Amino acid sequence: MFELLGIPPQVLFGQLLLGLINGAFYATLSLGLALIFGLLNIINFAHGALYMMGAFVAWLLLNMLGIGYWPSLFLAPVLVGLFGILLEKTMLSRLYKLDHLYGLLLTFGLALMIEGLFRQMYGVSGLPYPIPDALKGGQNLGFMFLPNYRGWVVVASLLICFATWFLIERTKLGSYLRAATENPALVQAFGINVPRMITLTYGFGVALAGFAGVLAAPIYSVNPLMGSNLIVVVFAVVVIGGMGSIMGAILTGFGLGMVEGLTKVFYPEASNTVIFIIMAIVLVLKPAGLFGRAR
Amino acid sequence: MKHSTALLAGVAALALSAGSALAQVSDDVVKIGVLNDQSGTYADLAGPGSTLAAQMAVDDFGGTVLGKKIEVVFADHQNKPDVGSSIVNRWIDAEQVDVVVDVPTSSVALAVQEITNRKGKVHLNSTAASSDMTGKACSPTGIHWTYNTTALANGTGKAIVAQGGKSWYFLTADYAFGHALERDVSAVVKAAGGEVKGVVRHPFPNQDFSSFLLQAQASGAQVIGLANAGADTINAIKQAGEFGITQAGQKLAGLLVFLSDIHSLGLQTAQGLQLTTGFYWDMDDETRAWSKKFAAKHNGAMPTMVQAGVYSAVSHYLKAIKEAGTDDGKKVVDKMKELPVKDFFARNATIRADGRMVHDMYLAEVKKPSESKGAWDYYKILRTIPGEEAYGPMNPACPLVKG
Amino acid sequence: MIRILGLVVLVAAALAAPYFFYPIFLMKALCFALFACAFNLLLGYVGLLSFGHAAFLGTAAYITGHSMKVLGLPPELGILAGTAAAALVGLVFGWLAIRRQGIYFAMITLALSQMIFFYALQAPFTGGEDGIQAIPRGHLLGFIDLTSEIALYHFVLAIFVFGWLVIYRTIHSPFGQVLKAIRENEPRAISLGYRTDHYKLMAFVLSAALSGMAGSTKTLVFQLASLTDVHWHMSGEVVLMTLLGGMGTVFGPVVGAFLVVSIQNYLAQMGSWVTIIQGGIFVVCVLLFRRGIVGEVLALIRKLRERQARTG
Repeated sequence: MFELLGIPPQVLFGQLLLGLINGAFYATLSLGLALIFGLLNIINFAHGALYMMGAFVAWLLLNMLGIGYWPSLFLAPVLVGLFGILLEKTMLSRLYKLDHLYGLLLTFGLALMIEGLFRQMYGVSGLPYPIPDALKGGQNLGFMFLPNYRGWVVVASLLICFATWFLIERTKLGSYLRAATENPALVQAFGINVPRMITLTYGFGVALAGFAGVLAAPIYSVNPLMGSNLIVVVFAVVVIGGMGSIMGAILTGFGLGMVEGLTKVFYPEASNTVIFIIMAIVLVLKPAGLFGRAR
Repeated sequence: MKHSTALLAGVAALALSAGSALAQVSDDVVKIGVLNDQSGTYADLAGPGSTLAAQMAVDDFGGTVLGKKIEVVFADHQNKPDVGSSIVNRWIDAEQVDVVVDVPTSSVALAVQEITNRKGKVHLNSTAASSDMTGKACSPTGIHWTYNTTALANGTGKAIVAQGGKSWYFLTADYAFGHALERDVSAVVKAAGGEVKGVVRHPFPNQDFSSFLLQAQASGAQVIGLANAGADTINAIKQAGEFGITQAGQKLAGLLVFLSDIHSLGLQTAQGLQLTTGFYWDMDDETRAWSKKFAAKHNGAMPTMVQAGVYSAVSHYLKAIKEAGTDDGKKVVDKMKELPVKDFFARNATIRADGRMVHDMYLAEVKKPSESKGAWDYYKILRTIPGEEAYGPMNPACPLVKG
Repeated sequence: MIRILGLVVLVAAALAAPYFFYPIFLMKALCFALFACAFNLLLGYVGLLSFGHAAFLGTAAYITGHSMKVLGLPPELGILAGTAAAALVGLVFGWLAIRRQGIYFAMITLALSQMIFFYALQAPFTGGEDGIQAIPRGHLLGFIDLTSEIALYHFVLAIFVFGWLVIYRTIHSPFGQVLKAIRENEPRAISLGYRTDHYKLMAFVLSAALSGMAGSTKTLVFQLASLTDVHWHMSGEVVLMTLLGGMGTVFGPVVGAFLVVSIQNYLAQMGSWVTIIQGGIFVVCVLLFRRGIVGEVLALIRKLRERQARTG
């Protein structure tokens, strides 16, 4: 049996695949962040809390109304998106004329409140959410046992990421969006309702977070703190990728997931830090990020 | 009122700083401070339930001792040593708290142990795990009541090796408690003729255990020992099921699992898990009677071992105050060590010189869903582990142990 | 005249406070007040929002704790060591972070401080989750016993006043004027020939060092250095204190720190409501009074004076 640096290849492949699964979450979340940042110039600190909300909404739909996983996969993001639109309309929209830092601070406060409320109501032990019947079991890939659901996570987030990329880079709506990112006043002058576009973008970006939350619910226990543990890592992913491109957010998300997976094999203690180390290196060599344009 | 106590504390502090030794004046109240995690990771296994247990102990005692009122206060230490120590300092300096109880999270418990020791107040710990509480950090005014890492290792570790689980692989939470648990269990496994094939330290807290589980699987060990607690253990067990690890023949050993964890996991996922506990509600009429009374006031949730432990510890403490005729910390604890401990919780129990409450522990197995007769019917007790065997000899690192 | 009288009253109140309030509470508030003032130097006067200031507080706390408990240094040297360590970390952070502005700056400092957090979690000398506990307070200059809470209070008060004066002097020096120019319009400051990166870095290091001093002092008070000090929630808390009190004002962070510490102290029983309330204060501050308490009061006074000047 040949080995690579003392690690059997089965383990290596397995970890890469698992990294890809984690990367799916990073990609979906950083994509939402990048979209919001592109148009609103706001770093949405509440992204993690909204991701957590997505999982909770799915849990509540199941336990209060008996609505299962598949409808939730659509319903929960919509509900979270509507909540986001409410936040944008009532609060965020008041801040656009001010320094962008206020947006960061506001969403930070919102994140604390949302998390605190869910903690108050549901504790932190975590609530169980079953894997849908159609995706139970798994495949033996030879080098590892891949649960069907985890495979589905990668497929689903690739699909949603690609759809979002297509929407923004290849459709007319997307071109308005990109134009508004560059020069909102000009686009407004062409008769396009930019404020509404901003609202909908925020709603959509937030819905992506909700979608990731529903995907995560059956794997991780549904827990009020699941978002705050993730958000700082996603920030680092965003800094590494640079805010410039949608594709950048997606590729960096998946890529860093895999790097993290490898670290877990070779030096597990550093698996939490590796992304931040990469971030520091990228900043020194390429301050705008791997895919970013200097602003 | 608050103002005047603050003033009093200020004057007392001034007097102390001036160098005059004021005698400890027993204020007209015995105040019990329940310090724990009210909203975080450990809120469900101790949290408000422990406060309730302490209050029940006070009510059952009659609400007064030596003609003085008994009061229960509580606070949330958020699992942070700095928050915990500032609360305890304030409690003792300014709010006449006589005894601090419960205190989950080893790091906070060790900080509280140090403060109560220095200030001569009592610390009745039920929920912290570290065996250092009666080792190098032992205190003449501290008692460790319900369980510790040594007992967990001797209980679960020994039992599993005896059943043929000779080779182990550890998933260890990368902090003091996880390391202590791993160390204690490894020692037990090796002493019983088993071997440790490897260890992976996971960050704390951690959500995704898949890659660590995969490494454990690759090691080929028979038993995967989970040297972690709370949400980490729950996640690891769930994901082990998902990745087909238990189906493939490896056995999971949850080294610190509480009743509330099993409730959260559900029997379907948790079935067959072996664990060590200091108490189970459904053991006999006495335990059932108390637990049902508790559950009625606790949204129907049955007590965990540490919540029952809080009741037992507070009851014994009050008894000792009555016998000793004082609430002076050192004297009460000496009396507690002298008096026999006997209630529905503590069986064959004594309190050792190092502050360890030694009592019978139980090796339990989580029932299959088909075996469970209803809500909270979760454990089969496989074996009673005599206290001596569970806790082993006293640790010479404790200065209270006369060698 | 009124100013001098006010100052006398303030000093007298500060000196007498520990006889009326719980001294440890006061000391905690003073430490956080210094921390918030140091943070405000960067946010309020250079316009840089750092989301990683916990790293400086925490690093200093650990270094002070370790040097006093294990190496047996006296308190004054322990604090000096902690402050120096924080300044060093600040130099590295600043060098990396000032390459980017605004939101990027915030996220980079946040991510860098996470590295310190994970280092603190793993390094053997920090004690991981346990932190460094039971740190001896020792004797100041060899003869003042700091186990006395009153003596310690006056020492902490002295450190706070020293730190506050350093910040006050900095703001009102020519150096401070350049910082404000950078805040208002960086390209113009560059075109005037100032090496703005250099100035920003110096301000960053000064802010880090003073934050470290606050952390070291806090260690002395609680006799404990723990992960809380380096967690990113701590970075958020100092932003809250500054925002609530009033950024860009010399007294604002002090007021904010006292308020936030009081909230934590008196609402400790309410568990996660503390988080919800803190979040709510953030939201209300950002939406309704961005100038903070002191800022709003100053604005009100200014308005009244103007009206007075117009009518009288």
